[in-house]
Amino acid sequence: MEHAVETTLTVNGKQVRRRIEPRMHLVDFLREELGLTGSHIGCEHGVCGACTVRVNGQIVRGCLMLAVQADGCTVETIEGLSDSKELAALQKAFHEKNALQCGFCTPGMLMAAQDLVSHGKKVSRDEIRAHISGNYCRCTGYQAIVDAIEEVIQTEAVRGQG
Amino acid sequence: MAKAELPLHAPGTQLDKGYIGQSVPRPNAQRLLQGRGAFTDDLRFPRLAHAAFFRSPYAHAKIKKLDFSKALKSEGVIGVFDGRAVAEYCKPWVAVLAHLKGIKSPEQHALAIERACSQGEPVAAVVAESRTQAEDAVGLIEAEWEELPVVVDMEEALKGRTVIHPQFEDNICFRREHDTGGVNEAFEQADVVVEETFHFGRHTGVCLEGRAILADYNAAEHSLTVYHATQAPHMMQDIFSRHLGIPEANVRVIAKDIGGAFGIKVHVYPDEMATAALSVMLRRPVKFIADRLESFLSDIHAREHRAKVRIACTKEGQILAFDLDDLTAIGPYSVYPRTSGIEGNQVVNLTGGPYKHQKYRAKMNVVFTNKNVTCQYRAVGHPIAVALTEGIVDLAAQRLGMDPADFRKLNLIADDAYPYTFPSGIKFEQLSHHKALDLLLRTMKYSALREEQAELRKKKIYRGIGLAAMIEVTNPSPAFYGVGGARISAQDGATLRLEPTGMVTVLCSVTEQGQGTEAIFAQIAASAVGVSLEKIRVITGDTGVTPYGGGTWASRGAGIGGEAVLLAGRALRANILEVASQILKIEKAELDILNNEVVKKLTLESKMPLAELGRVAYFRPDTLPVDYQSELTVTRHYTPRQYGFTFTNGIQASHVEVDADTGFVKLLKHWCVEDSGTVINPMLVDEQIRGGIVQGIGAALFEECLYGPDGQLLNGNMADYLVPMSGEMPDIVCAHIETPTRQSQLGAKGVGEAGTAGAPGAVMNAVNDALAPLGARVTAMPFTPERILKALGKV
Repeated sequence: MEHAVETTLTVNGKQVRRRIEPRMHLVDFLREELGLTGSHIGCEHGVCGACTVRVNGQIVRGCLMLAVQADGCTVETIEGLSDSKELAALQKAFHEKNALQCGFCTPGMLMAAQDLVSHGKKVSRDEIRAHISGNYCRCTGYQAIVDAIEEVIQTEAVRGQG
Repeated sequence: MAKAELPLHAPGTQLDKGYIGQSVPRPNAQRLLQGRGAFTDDLRFPRLAHAAFFRSPYAHAKIKKLDFSKALKSEGVIGVFDGRAVAEYCKPWVAVLAHLKGIKSPEQHALAIERACSQGEPVAAVVAESRTQAEDAVGLIEAEWEELPVVVDMEEALKGRTVIHPQFEDNICFRREHDTGGVNEAFEQADVVVEETFHFGRHTGVCLEGRAILADYNAAEHSLTVYHATQAPHMMQDIFSRHLGIPEANVRVIAKDIGGAFGIKVHVYPDEMATAALSVMLRRPVKFIADRLESFLSDIHAREHRAKVRIACTKEGQILAFDLDDLTAIGPYSVYPRTSGIEGNQVVNLTGGPYKHQKYRAKMNVVFTNKNVTCQYRAVGHPIAVALTEGIVDLAAQRLGMDPADFRKLNLIADDAYPYTFPSGIKFEQLSHHKALDLLLRTMKYSALREEQAELRKKKIYRGIGLAAMIEVTNPSPAFYGVGGARISAQDGATLRLEPTGMVTVLCSVTEQGQGTEAIFAQIAASAVGVSLEKIRVITGDTGVTPYGGGTWASRGAGIGGEAVLLAGRALRANILEVASQILKIEKAELDILNNEVVKKLTLESKMPLAELGRVAYFRPDTLPVDYQSELTVTRHYTPRQYGFTFTNGIQASHVEVDADTGFVKLLKHWCVEDSGTVINPMLVDEQIRGGIVQGIGAALFEECLYGPDGQLLNGNMADYLVPMSGEMPDIVCAHIETPTRQSQLGAKGVGEAGTAGAPGAVMNAVNDALAPLGARVTAMPFTPERILKALGKV
């Protein structure tokens, strides 16, 4: 830990301060140091999307960002967005349509889906499929995931018009 | 709620099936949606140590020297061990089974001792305070190697000029020949003979969660608790017990949430056995999680077949005979304990399976090579058998100028021909090929698609339609493994317990990896007992608490585990009514259970909530007759025995467009009609079929483990090894025929592998249908743009 760097960041609304080795990835930091095990590690080179978290409002790969780079940042994980109910509509739709099987990709998938939902635009199924193409799911065949996201976006659009 | 004692499929009865057949959401999905699951890597233990492995960089090399001196001084290192050190605690294994006559394989150790036979084979282990520190130390291990000749090509392996294992005379692990007789005569009499050689790429499961194990040895008790991402906890309990020398009763295997398995997590892996041994050696918990690069190198691979097939037909289109020559390469070892002879064996069993020809000859060789091992991955052998059968059937139809759907109609086994013995020796209880084909053609609007295809061809738009009929092994009896001497259970058990509050706890030996096992057990239990779904809690994946059983593989969970739950549920219901009869002083036969209450059977008048019955039975049994003891926990088991396997059938169709300039294949739509018997939860069944189809599409278009001539894996990472992404997948339409198996009360057959079994053949036929007007044809999966452009003569 001789090169450890003091880092302060806000995770799910709480400020945390730790001395962190510069080589530690953000997702390892969240999992190992903070016990936030909802963000999963699938490939460690930015392809599968299982470690997707939100940093300063943008979704990022937790395995491609170093924890020290998050100094001064606001980080949100599946645990935080579940507790705040921000993901409630997506989680309900995913549940009702069985848009998950093993659930390993699901937290990252929800992060990517919420990113699309929060843009507030009407999108086609093809656009949904394109948006979540950086998140691999090996179980479902994706169709139920697309169905669930489509339903939430349509419901939000109706609510927006109302 | 279902209350009848009759089978759910009993003729002439209108049974209320309760939740069976309803698309209810999975209760256990909620924790996963909030990131609050418990995957093995999420667990935290005091004194937890982390293992990392030093692996062979060569495909075949003698280990001349290993120097741990620098690694041992590295920060956080607890110990560094070679194969000999680990072998003192973990006995080696040989993966052969008696019913695969003549199968041979060398002894395999947890860590290779003198020689590594494939790239990535573990040869030393580092245990450290953190995984990072363990990996740092692995990088400091110094090794001297002597490279040995490498065999990577399976045809070369078969020739045997270089023999990999010096104790054997050749590279043949297993061979099988099958002949009904009369095949030569059939080919002589045939009007048309078609022949083709198909190549199937080697690919792997790519579970998003890497293999995961946390072994916790307690020296004081000489007991071992293993948290393991495994599909078969009891099988692993037996293996840890026998290979580590710990009494079976002292070994507990717990499979918590598992991030995908698909057959990858049902085998014995050297690094996992080493991790368990390291926990014993160090007397503390040790964890190993395969990272993505290790997963590609060391998770079992599958397929890699070269199959030459010929069929003989009359000019009217009747198939007379199949003749098959299959070759498959499995790496340097047969994989323990299921062996690597099963996939080839399945290809022999299943080829030609939907059709009514009577003459069949097959020859099959399984050979050793210096690549990673292969073994049973989702749909084992089916994707090969279906694709080569359906590929050659389409070619015959083309040669005869017949529509592929008409050709199948002519040759599929009739729906009233059952029970039926197929020329390979397998037996079908009841299949529905013709009903399935008719439903498929209606669902996809086959004729209209053909018309559209013809119109678009005029505009140089090349679309193709591919059909693939299939049969599928499900609900295996002991004939699959047990008869060969494998200690793998073909029976499963369920325990149901009425809790004092009127809730029901279900403990079952079948495991959950996301298929929805626990959800369907809840549906079956609630229906059988007469309670509402939210009253059920299901526990699986713990040898310490569930009945003994096989776990999840070979599409057996619903059909075998589900039947055990149904039988236990009916027994619990009967026992509850006994208690009710004692309390209410009403004849048991006059009582029933409905919506969590004991009711009068005829009037449905409520007599007592189950919560009240539970209170009396558990806390005030003094108010019951002195010679009466309630039994509100029951266990039942089930083994399918009448047939070796409960075969299912189905048919898929793929609609594609091939870009003749780029070689890209666009998937437009995919259809699947499946007969999996009683459907317990249509939503889960459909999404499991879709997931299976997408894995099959991966095999057809994207996925291949590529090796160089020196046996080095060239694309062992997620960026270079392509898996299907949502953007390139089509919408998939599922439809069902329900022909329940009469072997069980529930009538469920398996469904988990159906999609993967049929999709590669359907996509191949669609691609070739699209290419047909251009005079091109592809037969080597995956059908990459490069291979398609080569077939078109453009590169």
